[in-house]
Amino acid sequence: MSSFNANTVLIVAAVLFVLGLVGVLTRKNVVFMLISVEVMLNAAGLAFVAAGSKWQQPDGQVMFLFILAMAAAEVSVGLALVLQIHHQHKTMDVEDLKELKD
Amino acid sequence: MVITRYRPIHALLYLVVSFLAVAMIFLSLGAPFVAVLEIIIYAGAIIVLFIFVVMMLNLGKDTALQEKEWLQPKVWLVPSLLSLVLLVEMVVLLLKGSEFSMQVPVVDPRKVSLSLYGQYIIAVELAGFLLMAGIVGAAHIGKHTKRNLHRFLQEGEPEK
Amino acid sequence: MLAYIPALPFLGFLVLSLAGKYLSKNSIAWIGAGTVSTAAIMVILSGIQFLQNPPVDGVYKQLLWQWFAAGNLSVAISLRVDALSLVFVFIITFVGALIHIYSTAFMRRDHDYARFFACMNLFVCAMLLLVMADNLVLLYLGWEGVGLCSYLLIGFWYETPANCNAANKAFLVTRMGDTAMLIGLFLLFRELGTLDIPVILEQSPRHFTQGASNITLIALLLLAGGMGKSAQLPLQTWLPDAMAGPSPVSALIHAATMVTAGVYLIARMHGLFQLSPIAMSVTAAIGALTLFVAGCSAMVQTDIKRILAYSTISQLGYMFLALGVGAWSAAIFHFFTHAFFKALLFLAAGAVIEALHHEHNIFVMGGLKNKMPVVFYTFLAGAAALSALPFISAGFYSKDQVLWYAWSAGNGNALLWTLALAGAFITALYSTRLMLVVFWGEMKTPIKDYPAKSMTIPLIVLAVLSVGAGFIEWPHNLVHLSLFSDFVEKVLPATVLKENLPPEAIFQLMAVLATGLGIYIGYVLYYRNKAIIAQWKRSAGMMATRNFLFRGWGFDQLYDTVLVKPFMFITRINKSDVFDQLYNGIAQASLRFNRLLSVSQNGSLRWYIVGVLIGILFIITLQLFL
Repeated sequence: MSSFNANTVLIVAAVLFVLGLVGVLTRKNVVFMLISVEVMLNAAGLAFVAAGSKWQQPDGQVMFLFILAMAAAEVSVGLALVLQIHHQHKTMDVEDLKELKD
Repeated sequence: MVITRYRPIHALLYLVVSFLAVAMIFLSLGAPFVAVLEIIIYAGAIIVLFIFVVMMLNLGKDTALQEKEWLQPKVWLVPSLLSLVLLVEMVVLLLKGSEFSMQVPVVDPRKVSLSLYGQYIIAVELAGFLLMAGIVGAAHIGKHTKRNLHRFLQEGEPEK
Repeated sequence: MLAYIPALPFLGFLVLSLAGKYLSKNSIAWIGAGTVSTAAIMVILSGIQFLQNPPVDGVYKQLLWQWFAAGNLSVAISLRVDALSLVFVFIITFVGALIHIYSTAFMRRDHDYARFFACMNLFVCAMLLLVMADNLVLLYLGWEGVGLCSYLLIGFWYETPANCNAANKAFLVTRMGDTAMLIGLFLLFRELGTLDIPVILEQSPRHFTQGASNITLIALLLLAGGMGKSAQLPLQTWLPDAMAGPSPVSALIHAATMVTAGVYLIARMHGLFQLSPIAMSVTAAIGALTLFVAGCSAMVQTDIKRILAYSTISQLGYMFLALGVGAWSAAIFHFFTHAFFKALLFLAAGAVIEALHHEHNIFVMGGLKNKMPVVFYTFLAGAAALSALPFISAGFYSKDQVLWYAWSAGNGNALLWTLALAGAFITALYSTRLMLVVFWGEMKTPIKDYPAKSMTIPLIVLAVLSVGAGFIEWPHNLVHLSLFSDFVEKVLPATVLKENLPPEAIFQLMAVLATGLGIYIGYVLYYRNKAIIAQWKRSAGMMATRNFLFRGWGFDQLYDTVLVKPFMFITRINKSDVFDQLYNGIAQASLRFNRLLSVSQNGSLRWYIVGVLIGILFIITLQLFL
């Protein structure tokens, strides 16, 4: 690999992040929203690792490890919630889950 | 691709592809440990979880039809606009920074592990807490309570 | 020792107002009349002592306590009685005592007996404080106190709304005068830095230049206060309506004492007025106009008390006229005699009203001459004094003095004298009319009750005084006896006469002629040839004039149009209060804003994420551009 600009990777991360964000905003199905969130998390991790490798520190990778652990926990809990939602409300539409409104 | 599919399974498969690509990027950035980690955990465990749930909830044909209805082009307009603005801003911010070319050093996994158990030991412990909480929470939330109704009073679908 | 004089009625007020419900009517009568009578006796005793061994510089002083001190102003409750105050204190307590005794019988059947005497006692206390005050703040306290008691007593029978309206009217109109006076006090304090009366009188000639605008303004403001209380033009509209109160109230407050508070104020502050010729001229002009206007109105009234009310306004006009031309002692002398005969007239009118069972219209009365002889003769004495019957009535001596000085004193002129003379003619006319219609002729309403002894004895005493009180002060060209003015001129300046005056006898003769003419014409119109009046009733012009005079020259209607109607209009359009709307508007706006914002709290996840996104965009934009 030849030398390349650190900023480029960060731009890639930004693009990925924005794509995930668009997915979250657009989709109404809960599962798809979670998937899009995963994309966003991935992008964030990419940004961390890129930054770590720019400074030749292991810290970026360590951060990524933590992000990974957090993502795993979050996915498991989130999917459990999705199961419950499906069981109780019989719908996968996030627009129907409005009971916390003012 | 992930975000635009109708069927969840397709989206997940594309998600796997995305993870693999990012892993490759990690590799090219000189972080082999993390690349492998990504593939194992992210693409391995988490996607599997997703697939489990999708299968369990039987999100197949009906979901596809629903999504077809919901995903009209006009739905994409406002989010895309806002996100575009965000992207542009982030890019501008990034480009303002100094140009910096770098060599590709390889950061040893050894160094990573030393750092992990050296400086970040507490964070590791905390991550352990987090995972524990995740397990317990997921187990509790996902539990179905059995409702014992008399045969004659049963309404709706029998539970699983 | 001085303090006991106002303190006794105040004590009576306290006892009667707090414990009046539990006392018997007899004890209420004894307490109510007794306090004022005791005060009267004390005043007579101290007066005798004052005359026999006058104290140093002619003043009894008593400092009670320090009321308050604020900045440069230090006000004490301090009483001071000199010759002028002594005259007033004597009248207030003595006539007041007689009226209280009268009211023990007059108000006997009323169930609010205690409240009546409590208010009357409070009034006497406040009026005494007013005339015995050593500084203007205490005087103002008394001023306000008498205003309050006047309100309470006019609206004594508060169950009738008309009485409450009359009380409100009295209070509001005098309030305007009071506010002007207060502003005058403020200005005075700003100029001189003190509100002590002797200090003011001493320092004002040095501090103010003659005729300067500041002293004129102060004097005019004080005059306005006096005008309000003493019902002069244009603030005279409250007094005829104040007759809604019981007759003793009318006698005490609105004939003998409260309405003379204005006269007292101007006489006391004579130093200030002498420094401002404009204010003196204004006083005289107002007095002259008032006496004429009120006299004309009195000629056509049908309610016996309203005739007497307009008559009071007219006689007060005489006092103001005298003050305005610089005849200080003449004004006080007229006050002195007027208190006697006016109180007498009101009390006698009250007796007549009570005897005929609350009948007020004189044209429904008649023929009481032989049936109620005591009342008739006392009323005759009072009416004679009012018309200034020569030599045998006290009113003659005082009014004659006023008329003479209206021409001859430093500030007097022919126009004032002419008006005063016309006023004397009119006074004689309406007094005769009153006497003839009420007491002669056939009896149109039968007598229900005869007045009690405690009502007739004060009448007799006052009648004797109405005849005899004038003898202490004779006109200069007849007899050299001027006890009264000698006494009062220890405090008030002597009257300065103009140069080259025609002999006084001419004016006296003309005054006597005016009185005689008035009596004669009254006799002709109302006794000899009643057809003349019937003829006038048929003529439209005369009836229009009569109605105009009846309505008091239309002042009530004028004030209604100019002041009341715009005010009511404003209150009507401001029904939903403008300032309230401001506060309501703020509340409404925030409610609406809340509802607007609540739309975003709709529980939809994607809305929230959009919100977060917008927030991030906002912050990053700020970051970029700042």
